[in-house]
Amino acid sequence: MNNFLFGRYLPGNSWVHQMSPQSKLMLSFYFVIVIFFANNLASYAALAALIAIVILLSGVSILFFLKGIRPLIWLIIFTVALQILFSAGGTVLWKWGPFSVTNLSLINGGFIFIRFLLIIMISTVLTLTTTPLAIADGVQTVLKPLKKVKFPVDTLALMLSIALRFVPTLMDEMETILNAQRSRGVDFGSGSLKHRVQAAVPLLVPLFTGAINHAENLSTAMEARGFSDSEHRSKYRIYRWQLKDTVSWLVFLLVGGLVLYLRK
Amino acid sequence: MKDIIQVKNISFNYADQPLLFDNLSLNVHEGEWLALIGQNGSGKSTLARLIDGLNVLKQGQIIVDGLLVNDENILDIRNKIGMVFQNPEDQFVGATVEDDVAFGLENRQVDREQMHHIVERSLKNVNMWDFRDRIPANLSGGQKQRVAIAGIVALSPQIIILDEATSMLDPRGRQDILNLVREIKAKNHLTVISITHDIDEAAGADRVVVINHGKKIDEDVPDKIFANTEQLEQIGLDAPYTSQLIAALKGKGVNLNQQYLDSERLIAWIKQLVSNK
Repeated sequence: MNNFLFGRYLPGNSWVHQMSPQSKLMLSFYFVIVIFFANNLASYAALAALIAIVILLSGVSILFFLKGIRPLIWLIIFTVALQILFSAGGTVLWKWGPFSVTNLSLINGGFIFIRFLLIIMISTVLTLTTTPLAIADGVQTVLKPLKKVKFPVDTLALMLSIALRFVPTLMDEMETILNAQRSRGVDFGSGSLKHRVQAAVPLLVPLFTGAINHAENLSTAMEARGFSDSEHRSKYRIYRWQLKDTVSWLVFLLVGGLVLYLRK
Repeated sequence: MKDIIQVKNISFNYADQPLLFDNLSLNVHEGEWLALIGQNGSGKSTLARLIDGLNVLKQGQIIVDGLLVNDENILDIRNKIGMVFQNPEDQFVGATVEDDVAFGLENRQVDREQMHHIVERSLKNVNMWDFRDRIPANLSGGQKQRVAIAGIVALSPQIIILDEATSMLDPRGRQDILNLVREIKAKNHLTVISITHDIDEAAGADRVVVINHGKKIDEDVPDKIFANTEQLEQIGLDAPYTSQLIAALKGKGVNLNQQYLDSERLIAWIKQLVSNK
């Protein structure tokens, strides 16, 4: 989990690193939407080519992307298998009880697999080239229009950044509690599901107590440092929209148009 | 000398608890290092919180540099006071070192350009500029306290309150932080209030106030306070090591004219005593 959130960012100075977080965030969303419009080989190929260029421009080794897939491999296999075994239509190649494999279901399964791959790739590019803090700032910028309807965007962003800041702290504490309980003979790893859930209780109670204590002390410290409300503060960091962002958007929009043109 | 903080006849209790302070008065002189000592639960941290307006007073007045502590003046008062708390982890708000130092400046809506200058200067002041990109998880307790001090220096306050700021550090880290605060105090002509139950930390102060069960039971220069080992013991505080040694020597019939000595002076005195024999 620690690695999942923090170890993933790879410092660098590539084209993708230099883009502003808000534009990377929006581009990723946009790309995921475009993926769902692709429905034939040509349109998927266009998207795959685009993501290949993005990966090259990020200057990050392909190995890191493969690592990104690993935790999700079972989910992918399961979904693809469901798609292949249960979708109807086309020539039946193999049949056993309720399961059947047709030529169409094979093709669909393949497309779903590519779809997964593309989504994982784009989100991995985002997290590998953007610090969690920058992502929080990006969220703040993206949500800014909601201020008009009195949505507390700045408060949300501050909460997000404090939450991210405390993840390693709470991880450390969990590790300590885990070891303390283990040394008293609690077994977290084995036994029935019920047993494991029960074993988690003596882990969660001190963890929550600690978290609440942190929160209380932190709020006092924040007040002492002159914090009164989160909507009237200046910002230390700013991520400006750059030429690289505009160019990237133009390319992505172009490919989006191409997908719409190529799809069946 | 001007009194920068005046605590006048205050009474305070936490909800559903007996009166902690009953008619307590206390003055802090401008430019001094005042140590507040007392056992856990004696009210010393609460007093600091009342001075900074973090807890609300029931009765009496606290005046900080001519301003009455109340809702109206609260932000001005917090501009004058910088507080360092006990747990290094729980006062680190920013995601990285420089973001944390900037937090107080952001709250005061300081212009971005200026903010970057101030953050750089403050971090260089505490020798943490090279660590500016670090996340708190990768810092030691002492380094986190340095960052907390940088965050305070950035706001150029007149008073620094150390609320057991060194109690979670190892002896070397503790000495480091105290030396740093001493340096900053001298450079910027600050007033320091250090709340502590580390007797050696208090021994370095200009003046010591002893608090027990919410009452001020003594105030004097450290030499006088620590000479009175009996009183310290009565309220459950350890006498400094040197005082204990002096008391033990007295028991053996070796008499010392002075009542309290720090370790250097005590060593010199013992050397002299031995060479005289």
